[in-house]
Amino acid sequence: MKVHPGAWVALVALFAVVVGLQVLQARQRPLGLPPGVSANMLYVRSPQFMQRAALSFDALVADIYWIRTVQHYGGTKLSRDPNKQFDMLYPLLDLTVSLDPYFDVAYKFGSVFLAEQFPLGASRPDQAIAILQKGLRATPDNWERAQQVGFVYYWWRVDYEAAGNWFNRAADMTNAPNWLRPLAAVTLAQGGNRATSRTLWMEIARNADADWLRDQAKFRLTQLDAMDGIEFIEGIVQQYRARTGKLPSSWEDLVRAGFLRRVPDDPSGKPYRLDASTGKVTLDPGSSLNPLPDPAHRL
Amino acid sequence: MSVIGHVAVNVFKESVRDKVLYNLVAFAVLLISVSYLIGQLTAGQDVKIIKDLGLASISLFGLLIAVFIGIGLVWKEVEKKSIYTLLSKPMRRQEFLLGKYCGLVLTLIINVSVMTLAFYAVLAYMEVTSPVNIRASWPAPATDLNLLKAIALIMIELMLVTAIALFFSTFSSPFLSAMLTVGVWVIGHFNQDLRDFGATISSPIAASVARGINYVVPNFAAFDVKLQVVHAQRVPFTDIALTTLYGIAYAGFVLLGAVIVFSKRDFK
Repeated sequence: MKVHPGAWVALVALFAVVVGLQVLQARQRPLGLPPGVSANMLYVRSPQFMQRAALSFDALVADIYWIRTVQHYGGTKLSRDPNKQFDMLYPLLDLTVSLDPYFDVAYKFGSVFLAEQFPLGASRPDQAIAILQKGLRATPDNWERAQQVGFVYYWWRVDYEAAGNWFNRAADMTNAPNWLRPLAAVTLAQGGNRATSRTLWMEIARNADADWLRDQAKFRLTQLDAMDGIEFIEGIVQQYRARTGKLPSSWEDLVRAGFLRRVPDDPSGKPYRLDASTGKVTLDPGSSLNPLPDPAHRL
Repeated sequence: MSVIGHVAVNVFKESVRDKVLYNLVAFAVLLISVSYLIGQLTAGQDVKIIKDLGLASISLFGLLIAVFIGIGLVWKEVEKKSIYTLLSKPMRRQEFLLGKYCGLVLTLIINVSVMTLAFYAVLAYMEVTSPVNIRASWPAPATDLNLLKAIALIMIELMLVTAIALFFSTFSSPFLSAMLTVGVWVIGHFNQDLRDFGATISSPIAASVARGINYVVPNFAAFDVKLQVVHAQRVPFTDIALTTLYGIAYAGFVLLGAVIVFSKRDFK
């Protein structure tokens, strides 16, 4: 049967109308939400239900939830909304690891970004521990899960006894690396120190297969470098004081006296600040390395 | 060539004529486009996601072919009334039915084989193009041959689904056959729940009935080792052998049932 030429015209016209209307719809301002109300939606929150509903496609559904997790984290982190929150991070990760209990990167990601302080993460170390312990129930001999639980206790909970015990538990597991046992011993004996922190963050940076995780570990390592720098320069300030009997009033005093070649910069490129009244060295308020780890870390 | 072989080859030719193999193009396009998009969407895990997607697609495409071609195998001959001509030839009903089954299984084997080749081609490309440090973080190489274990079990599962679809198509309409086949496939994933039913209800009779159903309904969950092979978990050969034996035995049982029903059917 021959198609009427008008039908083709109508087809093209209707297609143009549909696309045009869609463009109009996209330009509409989205309906606003009251302050403090999250716009994030998760229709299914029950891992048990989703495990059944996924039938034999559980791994693929886990991938979809993983992609949503990354999108949620990235979208929230970049958002300028003053009410932004990482409220979906835990349920999304919970669904991901329930559907695929071997999803290694989800545990690594979850242990860091659930625990990290807002706005870097959800400020929920308890949820990070819950996700990791769920992983341990699925794979009880996975030393990485136990080490990650220890790390959450070490860095965010600042509970060195629990951290050391978890490192010991990880060291007892099959294929555990030989650096875990000394790490546990040092943590239990001395609590927090910079070398231990560096070992843990370097381990994350080395094994991270997600860019954000690697970047976060590198950021923390750079902060530790900055703290090394601060400690070193404060030592120089004390040397100056020992020689001259007074604190330097500015960096120039130290440069003129030959203690420094120039004004020292932190690893981000911003100059350190010197408090002339106390001799304390701090980061410039504009430095991207702010805020340094809480003094409670005793690093 | 035997009668069954002739019928089987005709079923395969018919599926080619019906453009069933077009799904291979869809599979290839899906896999290649997604492998590109995944890199933009998610940080890391590209190979894991491609493996998951590839295996799920092989399973899903195969399932759609098994169900929607399987249910029409007998019905089409009845609808076109060509069944009268066919059965008037020196061919027994069971030969006709088994030929139909073997033809669709042959179509599925060719489909799954080509999809597997395309799947491995994409994985090989990822293996070659990924930096050494990324490759080191994978639990297994991209082109890990253990993936074939999952694909082999998918194929056995599809043989069982085809037998079930053919069974239902010997006595019901295509729509009903499709619903029943998909229904059995879905229920077959809840065997564990049927087994554990006793823990959630107080009636021992209902619990026993549920446990009984668990042994009767095909256990499709047993054919799913996709998650394990993708994460390089050990899948013992004995498990694969036992599941294969179970699938073949169950398919044989269902086919026998189909032959009996079809033999009794009155086409006058």
